[in-house]
Amino acid sequence: MRKLLFEILVKPPLTEDAPAPDEAAVAELARAVDQAARRRLGRSLAIRQVDAGSCNGCELEIHALNNAYYDLERFGIRFVASPRHADVLLVTGPVTKNMREALERTWAATPGPKWVVAAGGCAKDGGCFAGSYAVTGGVAGVLPVDLHIPGCPPRPVEILRGLLALLA
Amino acid sequence: MSEMRTPVPDAPSLGELLAAGRAVPGHRPWPRAVVDVDDWGLAAECLTQGSVTLLGLWGEAEAVHMALLDEPAAAIGVLSLSCPEGRFPSVGELHAPAIRLERAIQDLFGLEATGLPDARPWLDHGRWGFRRPLGNAERAAGAAPPYPFLPVEGEHLHRIPVGPVHAGIIEPGHFRFTASGETIVRLEQRLGYVHKGIEGLMTGADLARGAELAGRVSGDSAVACALAFARAAEAALQVEAPRRAQWLRALMAELERLANHFGDIGAICNDAAFSLMHAHCGVLREQVLRAADRSFGHRLMRDVVVPGGVAHDLEPQGAAAIAAMIAEARRRFPPLVELYDNTASLQDRTVGTGILRPALARRFGAGGFIGRASGRGFDARRAMGYPPYDELEFLVPGLEAGDVDARVWIRIREVEQSLGLVEQILARLPGGPVREEIATAHAVHEGMALVEGFRGDVLAWLRFDASGRIERCHLRDPSWFQWPLLEAAIEGNIVADFPLCNKSFNCSYSGHDL
Repeated sequence: MRKLLFEILVKPPLTEDAPAPDEAAVAELARAVDQAARRRLGRSLAIRQVDAGSCNGCELEIHALNNAYYDLERFGIRFVASPRHADVLLVTGPVTKNMREALERTWAATPGPKWVVAAGGCAKDGGCFAGSYAVTGGVAGVLPVDLHIPGCPPRPVEILRGLLALLA
Repeated sequence: MSEMRTPVPDAPSLGELLAAGRAVPGHRPWPRAVVDVDDWGLAAECLTQGSVTLLGLWGEAEAVHMALLDEPAAAIGVLSLSCPEGRFPSVGELHAPAIRLERAIQDLFGLEATGLPDARPWLDHGRWGFRRPLGNAERAAGAAPPYPFLPVEGEHLHRIPVGPVHAGIIEPGHFRFTASGETIVRLEQRLGYVHKGIEGLMTGADLARGAELAGRVSGDSAVACALAFARAAEAALQVEAPRRAQWLRALMAELERLANHFGDIGAICNDAAFSLMHAHCGVLREQVLRAADRSFGHRLMRDVVVPGGVAHDLEPQGAAAIAAMIAEARRRFPPLVELYDNTASLQDRTVGTGILRPALARRFGAGGFIGRASGRGFDARRAMGYPPYDELEFLVPGLEAGDVDARVWIRIREVEQSLGLVEQILARLPGGPVREEIATAHAVHEGMALVEGFRGDVLAWLRFDASGRIERCHLRDPSWFQWPLLEAAIEGNIVADFPLCNKSFNCSYSGHDL
C-alpha cells in the first residue's frame, strides 16, 4: 500500500483543467444576474462622505438627512464608514491643499463603478475661498465629478434630490 | 501638564501691563499698547501665574499681539510687540496654551517664537507651494516632509493612527493614539487639514467680503463668527447697530445655540450606542433649523448678521414659527432629559469619563460648556454684557466634575436658558430699522469683539487701512484652547470611549484650522 501511496504522490494528478466557459452562456447568465441584482439591490447606494476643507456647514446638513424628517435609509441610501464599501464619494469643501492627497487616496480606495458627488458652493469652484494659497479650488480639479449639488450649504432636501437622481 | 503656579501678590494687573507700554490710539473698545520685550515676557509670567487669561495670540508681518483677559474685572487688553528682526520671545515656553498659536504664527508669518518648546509646523503641512504665506512668502517646492510625531517609549505600547478621513460624517483631522492594551496613554492631535487661508483672504477685503468670510469660519457657528466680526468692525468704525438688529442678532445666536446643543446632546448619546436620544434630539434640532429658515431665510442663518446690523429682518411669520418651535421643545425636551438621567447603561458611559480637571480648564481659559463643566464660569454674554444680554435674564450654569456627563448637563441647562432667552426676546423685540449704513472710513481704525458662540467665546480683531479695506483680521475660535484639553482629558480612558469624549468636546476643525 505504501508503494501505491508513494506513486500517487509523485504522479501528476488526473484531474483535468476546467473547460473554457461558453461565452454565450456567460453573457446570458450575466444578464440574468444583473437584472436580479438590480431588482434586489439596484435602488441602493452606499455613500462615503469626505470633508475636503468645508466650513462644516455642509456636514451639518448631510447629517440632517439621517433625521426622522428626511430618513435617508428608506431610499436605500446609507452612509458607510469605509470607502471600500462605497458606491459614491460625497465630497464637500474647496479641497484644501492639505486634504488633497487624503481625498485622492480615499477615491483610490473606492471600488468601481463609483460616482463622485460634489456638494456645496466651494466644492464646485472653491466658492468664497477660491484664489487662496491653501485651496485647490473645487473637487473637479482633483477627481472626475459626476454631479454637483449647489448651495451654501445645500438644504437637506436638495442633497436628497441630487442623490435620488443617481438612483433614477 | 503641571498645575498652575501660585499667584504672587505683586503680579502686575492688566492695567499696569498696558500702562507699561505705548497706548495705540484708535483701538476700540478695549485698549492696546505696544510693549517692549521685557514687558512681553512679564505678561507671559502673569499668564503662568493665572492673574490674566490668554484670549488670543496672533501675528502680522512684523508684529505679534496677545489679548489678555482679567477675569474678575471683566477687562480686556491687547499687548503688541514689534519684531523687526523676525522673532519674539515665546509665550508658549512658559504658558502651554500659547504653543499651537505660536506654531501657527511661525507657519503663516515666519516670525520665530524663540524658546518655543515645540517648534514643529502646525498648519503648514508642506503642501501650499509657499512657506510663510502671510509674511515674507517664499516658494517651497518638493514633496511634503513627514511629520515627526512625539516619540513614545515603553513595553507593550501600540499606536493607532486615525484620520484625517474619519469613519463618520466628521471634519478631517489626525489622531495618533498610543495605547497600553485598551487604555490610552497618549493622544496626539495633528490638525490643519482644513486650513483654507481665511486670514490671507481677509487681507485687502472690503467689509462685505470680510463678513462673508467670517460667516464661513465654522459653519456650526455661522452666527457667532459673523457677530464677532460685525461687532469688531462696528467698534473700529464707531458705528452702533440699531437696537432691533441687536435683539435679532441675539435671537439668532440663541437659535444657533439651541440647534447645536440639541444635535450634540443626541450625538453624544449616540456615541454611547443610545440611538433613541439621537433620533429625538435630531427632530428638535431640525425644528430649530426650520424655524430659523422661515424667520431669516436660511437654516444656519448664514450671511444675516452683517456689520451695521442684520441683512434680513424677521419674516412676518417668523415670530410665530419660533414661538411654536419653543413651545414644542418645552414639551418634548424634559422627557428626554429624564431619559438621559434615568438610563443607567448610558450614565455608565458618561459619568467619570474624559475628566477635564478645573485647574487645567482655568489655565487654558477653556470657554463654553467645556469650561463651565470644569468650574470655569466665564460666559462672554454675562462677563462682557454686550447688548441685549445686559437687559435679559439668564443663568450661567456651572459644574465642577468635568466629565462627559457634566458637559452634557451644562448643555441641557443651557438649552433651558436659551429657550427662556428666545421667549424674552420675542416678547420684547423692539421695532425700528435693522441696519445702519456704514460709510467707508479713510483712516486707520482697529476694533475687537468677544462674543459667546455655542462652543465658547469667539474673538475677532481687525484693522482697516486708510482706504477702508481690511488690512489684517484675526478670528480666534474657542477650539484653539479646547483641542489641547481633549488630549489631556482622554488620558487613561479606553480607546472605545474616545468618540464619546470627542463629541462631548465637539471642537471645530474648520474654526481652528481657518
